[in-house]
Amino acid sequence: MGLDIFKEKGTSLDKQKFTWREMVQPPSSKLDDDAFTRVRIILMNGLESESIRFSHACARMNRDLQEPLAHVRRVEQHQQTMVNWLLPADLSPLETTIGFEQVAIEVTASVAEREPDEYMAQVYRFGLLEDFDHMYRFAALYDRMGGGDANNLLQNYTDIMPGRPTSVEHRDPSDELREHYEKNTAEPLTKLHAVTIMAAENQTHDYYMTIGPMFADPVARQLYAEIASIEEQHTTQYESIIDANETWMEKWLMHEAMEVYNYYGCSEYETNPRIKKIWDRCLDYELGHLHYVMELFKKVENRDPAELLPETLPEPIDFASHREFVRATLENEVDLRASGADFVDKSEEPERSIAYREQLNSEGSPSEAVAAGYTWMPGTELTAGLSAKGKGA
Amino acid sequence: MGGNRTGVQTAPEMAEELIAGAAAAGPSMDGGPEMADAERAEYISKGFPVGSLPGLAFAEEAKADDETIGMAVFLDKLSERLAFERMGTRLYDAFLVKCETLGEEGVGPTLAEVEEIRDEEHRHFLLLNEAVTELGGDPTVKSPCADVAAVASLGIMQVLTDPRTTVTQCLQALLTAELTDNAGWEMLIDVAEELGHSDLSERFTDALTNEQNHLLNVQTWLSDRVSAKL
Repeated sequence: MGLDIFKEKGTSLDKQKFTWREMVQPPSSKLDDDAFTRVRIILMNGLESESIRFSHACARMNRDLQEPLAHVRRVEQHQQTMVNWLLPADLSPLETTIGFEQVAIEVTASVAEREPDEYMAQVYRFGLLEDFDHMYRFAALYDRMGGGDANNLLQNYTDIMPGRPTSVEHRDPSDELREHYEKNTAEPLTKLHAVTIMAAENQTHDYYMTIGPMFADPVARQLYAEIASIEEQHTTQYESIIDANETWMEKWLMHEAMEVYNYYGCSEYETNPRIKKIWDRCLDYELGHLHYVMELFKKVENRDPAELLPETLPEPIDFASHREFVRATLENEVDLRASGADFVDKSEEPERSIAYREQLNSEGSPSEAVAAGYTWMPGTELTAGLSAKGKGA
Repeated sequence: MGGNRTGVQTAPEMAEELIAGAAAAGPSMDGGPEMADAERAEYISKGFPVGSLPGLAFAEEAKADDETIGMAVFLDKLSERLAFERMGTRLYDAFLVKCETLGEEGVGPTLAEVEEIRDEEHRHFLLLNEAVTELGGDPTVKSPCADVAAVASLGIMQVLTDPRTTVTQCLQALLTAELTDNAGWEMLIDVAEELGHSDLSERFTDALTNEQNHLLNVQTWLSDRVSAKL
């Protein structure tokens, strides 16, 4: 039985309050917590970041909505802080990056598997194989530059092997835009998926753009420059699948519903009881936001929010390993390329995208340089030659 | 299974799939780390510095006379030590909070001993301020060596200020700082003597004696605390 979002009212907006100590709680453990706890933290930070990004864009275009947006946004700001500050200080920027890519792989795989619209599912599978390759490149960097084993973070859930090569992911902008769902006919789950993945990718882009210059190693700086560029492409792709004809109020409502949906999923799956309480609190706060915006929607648009929202929430994102699904997708679709909004075999890729990336890669490819000859193995590639017993396997 | 989950043995069946999959897939292209190293060499060979000292831009070093270069090297290393002692004072401030909070139970330093080291680090910082000023330098400058040393020791402060770390883990981090500090003072004494600043060399030797005691104490406390757990 899913959550009845019309019946469950959560915490009303005027009762949503924080102290600094509540926002800055003891963090999760890099060593002891399940990798999916970190996946959820990174995902929800991305979704909160999107809620604030959307809220500002909306405020800049809608004078009458500025005050209600400001009230909800202040709470989102503090929720994002409480969530993002759960990442511990011993998690380096590169380790956090590996966490970001695990989110991009496992969450996108779950979405692709459950997406009811076949075209949208294809879009997610297409993006998935690219983020899958990023994991391999960052794992090589972590091993060869940092002397680290990416699986310490991934905890065996996620494969570390090449996907669609990052060096061929660079496309002409015209090959990045997709068809969008139709706002009046799309399933609510299709809308929730689209906003979720768009938010996660946008945050990944912003994170890489922030931390890229923190690295001393020029190859690391180049790799972040390259993969941030792909994350920008992914953000472009995923925002294009959302119907641009939705009204501002429709979009706001779906953003709040998306946050409710995902906090609900986090709470259902969380294995750390202390962090589960945080998801529950955020779920109650987001239900409060949703009902606040539902009332506003009725006033502004003179419509019933039930036209858009499902009575009960769909099955949440599956926070689990999707190894078989990802491998099957890799096997079947690694050679797909984009041609406008369509997916085609690499032999049919438009010349504009080929020319674009040939120029971009003409002085060398960071993602190829960083992983030349690289095969992940437990304990890093420096364990090559050790017996299986010596590797702990 | 509770506790640490980072090893492959946390989930042996999943690990087996992961390892077999990676081995079967192999690398995306031939080659090895030399490809990235060639790219690194390209940037290294451009010769951009971290920075320079006031009044002696990096590009003009080649034209400077020996005396100017000698003084520049000395001021650079003095600035490095000064910044390190300043950070060292703050490291022991952080350590003191931890020790006060966790109490003096068991083996390890007393609060008075930690405070004493903290105060000595502070005195060394003041001594270096005076030395730089006497030599006509600006003690508020962050020199290239000071900057790089700060980068090298970034993690030490992270360990000391993390509320989750233990006294023993902090002592391990402080050991890194004290080993570096001892070697730093030894070098400074050599440079001072070579440049004929025997007065400074004497004052630095007193500081080194303090630092040798810090190192010995930190090593002993650390060793005692580890042994006590055996």
